Amino acid sequence: MSNASVAIRNLPRFSLEWRTLRRWPLFPLFLVLVLVLCALAAPVIAPHDPIKGNLLESGMPPVWLEGGSSKYLLGTDIQGRDVLSRVIYGARISLLIAVVVIATGGAIGVTIGLIAGYFGGQLDEVLMRIVDFTLAVPFILIALVVVIVFGQSLEVLLTLLALFSWGAFSRQVRAETLSLKTRDYVAFARIAGASTSRIMIRHLLPGVINTVIIVATLRVGSLILTESILSFLGAGIPPPTPAWGLMVAEGRVYIDSEWWITLFPGVAIFLTVFAMNFLGDWLRDRFDPVLRQI
Amino acid sequence: MLALSLLVFALSHKSGDPRTVMLTAYTSKEQWDAWGREWGLDKPLLQQYAIWLGRALRGDLGESLRELRPVGKVIAERIPATLELAGGAFAFSILIGVPLGVLSAVRRGGVLDYAGRTFALFGQALPPFWLGIMLILIFAVRFDWFPTSGRGNIAHYVLPSITLGWLTAAGMLRIMRSSMLEVLDSEYIKLARAKGVSYTSLVWKHALRNALLAPLTYAGLVLAGLITGAVVTETVFAWPGVGRLAVQSVNNNDFPAMTGVVLMFSLIYLGMNLLIDVAYALIDPRIRY
Repeated sequence: MSNASVAIRNLPRFSLEWRTLRRWPLFPLFLVLVLVLCALAAPVIAPHDPIKGNLLESGMPPVWLEGGSSKYLLGTDIQGRDVLSRVIYGARISLLIAVVVIATGGAIGVTIGLIAGYFGGQLDEVLMRIVDFTLAVPFILIALVVVIVFGQSLEVLLTLLALFSWGAFSRQVRAETLSLKTRDYVAFARIAGASTSRIMIRHLLPGVINTVIIVATLRVGSLILTESILSFLGAGIPPPTPAWGLMVAEGRVYIDSEWWITLFPGVAIFLTVFAMNFLGDWLRDRFDPVLRQI
Repeated sequence: MLALSLLVFALSHKSGDPRTVMLTAYTSKEQWDAWGREWGLDKPLLQQYAIWLGRALRGDLGESLRELRPVGKVIAERIPATLELAGGAFAFSILIGVPLGVLSAVRRGGVLDYAGRTFALFGQALPPFWLGIMLILIFAVRFDWFPTSGRGNIAHYVLPSITLGWLTAAGMLRIMRSSMLEVLDSEYIKLARAKGVSYTSLVWKHALRNALLAPLTYAGLVLAGLITGAVVTETVFAWPGVGRLAVQSVNNNDFPAMTGVVLMFSLIYLGMNLLIDVAYALIDPRIRY
């Protein structure tokens, strides 16, 4: 141990910084940064309107293929819309969904997890049964039915995803709370006269926040994947909104000839989910090795 | 289960009057009311639910509004196709996931480990519908090695099985790897090694048996993945299974069929979880129920 620290101290400063930096998942972080940038600045970055197309220029291949034009870097779809612009705007939808669902689902999940873990007893039983239910049902099937009943809209999709995503948070938070509440400092807080809500918010919540962040990061990937599946099946984002899953579905019929309509949104989904999963794994290994597969 | 059935029933009723599917310009008011009486639509909702649940418990799920045949029959016809597909996918994920997981644990830090982990990360990030379409594009359209869609001879199974099994194979590999690493580190493996057990036998017999417990728990999740995946994969490959029936009946407002499918999937899900518990006890004699 002492040898190692001596060795590190002898290294030049730059090299030391480079070493710590290299342990960071740079490529996934870069991908997420690009995604956020695309989402926030879509109107500035995107070269064309994502919804209005020019039918005279429909089905044009990407710029590097014969017949491609530098006007449309990744080609155009059947309605003559720029694929690149649609992919960039698609980041907006995906990120919006991820942020809203994780925020609401996380808030509900943490609250319920804290309550279940802290009070225990029958309340805990009931709450955990509900969690089991939300995690055990074939979600895609339920989603299909719900979307057909209430119509295809962003609000319905968000509600649905939020309703079925808080369970994972609750489970982890409850488990953490169960062990935290037996700690001495919680007992001292109680003796000092702290109210139940104060104990939960000021003393237990900070203890579980690490877990919550890790679960959130791990969930984003599968959330974006689920959204794209629903959009693909025609039960997610309604057209003509540029959602990645929807774009894949629209391009599917023309896969023989105009494959680029399908390829690029799929790559976008893949890179996003890959980056988020990688970050989640990395966070988990770094901050909480005990937390295993969820 | 009951909660689920209630939820599904409530939703399917909100989805609108099923009679509109049959409606043509020549439908008379009398005909309309007759359909209502025939399907019990004139009774209060709660009573409709009670009737439906009672019948469902006796295995009678009502009549599919689109095909005008009992739902049970419609589903039963499609179950083999889905089971075959799920079997193929399961086989694929075991054949890929288990050996690769073990190898990447044994050769920790080596090339195989690196390849295995990359595959796992890729597998869990690829959208299954997109993977299916790309497989069709490359292996069916460009190279013409496999058919693009439908069910038939053995070649028809290759692409859908890979599509459906991809995600679960990746998950299986990850679990297998971490579980194997844990087991290889334990005392009894060191003892076996000290006793002079050959390396192959040590890894594939002594360690694997204990390391299989974790993936078995994961098998429950695999199943959930296969159910979801079946809906997607069957849509992409025009596979005549239950998953496609679900999408079709939603599009056709065919609520008896839809409720039947959801109930059936949930039943399979529960049943499989039970089976996994039993398999658990078989592999690990320490667990007794």
